[in-house]
Amino acid sequence: MIIRRGAEAEIHLTKWRGQKVIAKRRVPKTYRLAVLDEDLRQVRIKTEAKLLASARKVGVPTPAVLDINSSDCELVMEYIDGPRLKDVLPEADPTERQELLRTVGKHVGTLHSQDIIHGDLTTSNMIVEGGLIYFIDFSLGEWSIEFESKGVDLHVLMEAYESTHPELLEEFKFVMEGYREKFKDAKAVEDKIQDIISRGRYT
Amino acid sequence: MKVNCLLPPASCLLIISILNHLYLLSKKTYVHYYNPDTTVISMLCLGIEGTAHTIGVGIVDESCNILANEYKMYSPAEGGIHPREAANHHAVHLPEMLQSAMDAAKITAKELDLIAFSQGPGLGPCLRTAATGARTLALMLNLPIIGVNHCIAHLEIGAKTGSTDPILLYVSGGNTQVIAFAHKRFRVFGETLDIGLGNMLDKFGRHEGMRFPSGKAIEDSASKSKKYVPLPYSVKGMDVAFSGILTASIQERENNKSLEDICFSIQETCFAMLTEVTERAMAHTEKQEVLLGGGVARNKRLQEMVRTMAEARDAGFFIPPPDLCIDNGAMIAWTGLIMHKAGIKMSVMDTEVRQRFRTDEVDVIWR
Repeated sequence: MIIRRGAEAEIHLTKWRGQKVIAKRRVPKTYRLAVLDEDLRQVRIKTEAKLLASARKVGVPTPAVLDINSSDCELVMEYIDGPRLKDVLPEADPTERQELLRTVGKHVGTLHSQDIIHGDLTTSNMIVEGGLIYFIDFSLGEWSIEFESKGVDLHVLMEAYESTHPELLEEFKFVMEGYREKFKDAKAVEDKIQDIISRGRYT
Repeated sequence: MKVNCLLPPASCLLIISILNHLYLLSKKTYVHYYNPDTTVISMLCLGIEGTAHTIGVGIVDESCNILANEYKMYSPAEGGIHPREAANHHAVHLPEMLQSAMDAAKITAKELDLIAFSQGPGLGPCLRTAATGARTLALMLNLPIIGVNHCIAHLEIGAKTGSTDPILLYVSGGNTQVIAFAHKRFRVFGETLDIGLGNMLDKFGRHEGMRFPSGKAIEDSASKSKKYVPLPYSVKGMDVAFSGILTASIQERENNKSLEDICFSIQETCFAMLTEVTERAMAHTEKQEVLLGGGVARNKRLQEMVRTMAEARDAGFFIPPPDLCIDNGAMIAWTGLIMHKAGIKMSVMDTEVRQRFRTDEVDVIWR
């Protein structure tokens, strides 16, 4: 069953060895030369698997990668059966919400301290389950040591948060508190964000 | 006056020349222009484009009928655009083009209601020449003047193709951007991190001894090959980069790969990158139209790729005729006209050119 169709991939909810799993299939793009397309999809599905695994290793919950099906460019991973943070935040009581936002900040800080860039941080890409916040969809992710990349990553989250939760804007500071707690170079990244904003890009 | 103090010599000659050409037409009683289809009185706007190598004069009415669209391109015997030489070229040709545009439109200057010009982004000397021409005309004919953002004009002329709210993939020599209207502005969703694609093609062309601009020669050469030589595929989120592809292509040529194969591979790589970020912007904004613009948009392979992508998404695919893809005065005139009708007014003092005029700086009150 297809539960979501993005620009590059289909998300299937399916069975794998008797358990409910998510299969993310990168669909061929007919506009691209076949040999180039095949190569890109193979590389990207592997990069995504590696990013998911690395994030998990440093303590940021992500769905466990179960299998890579090379011939279909398919990534099989654990199904996290929970609501998206986007829907949880408005419902949560203030102390609970503060804790959730701080945890988001800590997770982003942890990723950045390990030079992992998520690439598409939004509250829709975070799932709340069993007291944990899972980060999903690393398809635009990469490894980078640059403050620029980390700044853009965090700025994307800020903008997404602003447009999704305008009534909770005040509380974004808890995300930043968590971020600073886990990432010693947080200050440098925050300075970089000012740069990024002044360039006026919309990403 | 401040504006006058900044004028380069070519601009002074330009003013004199325009005055000479149009002397007989000025200061006569105003004549209404009637739209031939509806026989209703319509405003007429004359737009002057001059951001880079092309000087263009276009005349449009309120229904986006293009009455004239004259252009001349500066093409150096060797090398790329020399800004001063290009500006001189524009200054020499603009006066006669104003005349030929009005002849083509079968109107006189008395029927004009508005003068628009490309205010930026672009090469300083070229921008200043077009702006000087526009100011001269506006002051002489006592008409309002309006400065237009060149990139936005490429999007707005999409009206001519029937698209209403597209994602624009704008690919030219200097610019490579994915633009769409969101939250009251034209936002840049993706763009090149280094050089414009056209610029990259021209640089490769120069290395191969092709004439500027080299896009067509590269396209012709590419059509003779089907052999893909891997080149760096450089997409970062919604952005692209081309300088690595240029370096790799030149290296492959020095490794004796055939010109046809490299041209083919450059096209396949660069166009796929652009189509990919365009699709991502479409998914992100949930828009169902894609519009092509810019000189490189005339490339048949790029058109084919974007069309294939659009069809797979059940989205509309729009491409202006070649004369409206390249830099042209008609798109400037049309954009100036809709801005004017929305109530945007400029005085001559507001018309200083802006070399780094960003697409998302413009407060879009006309949409």
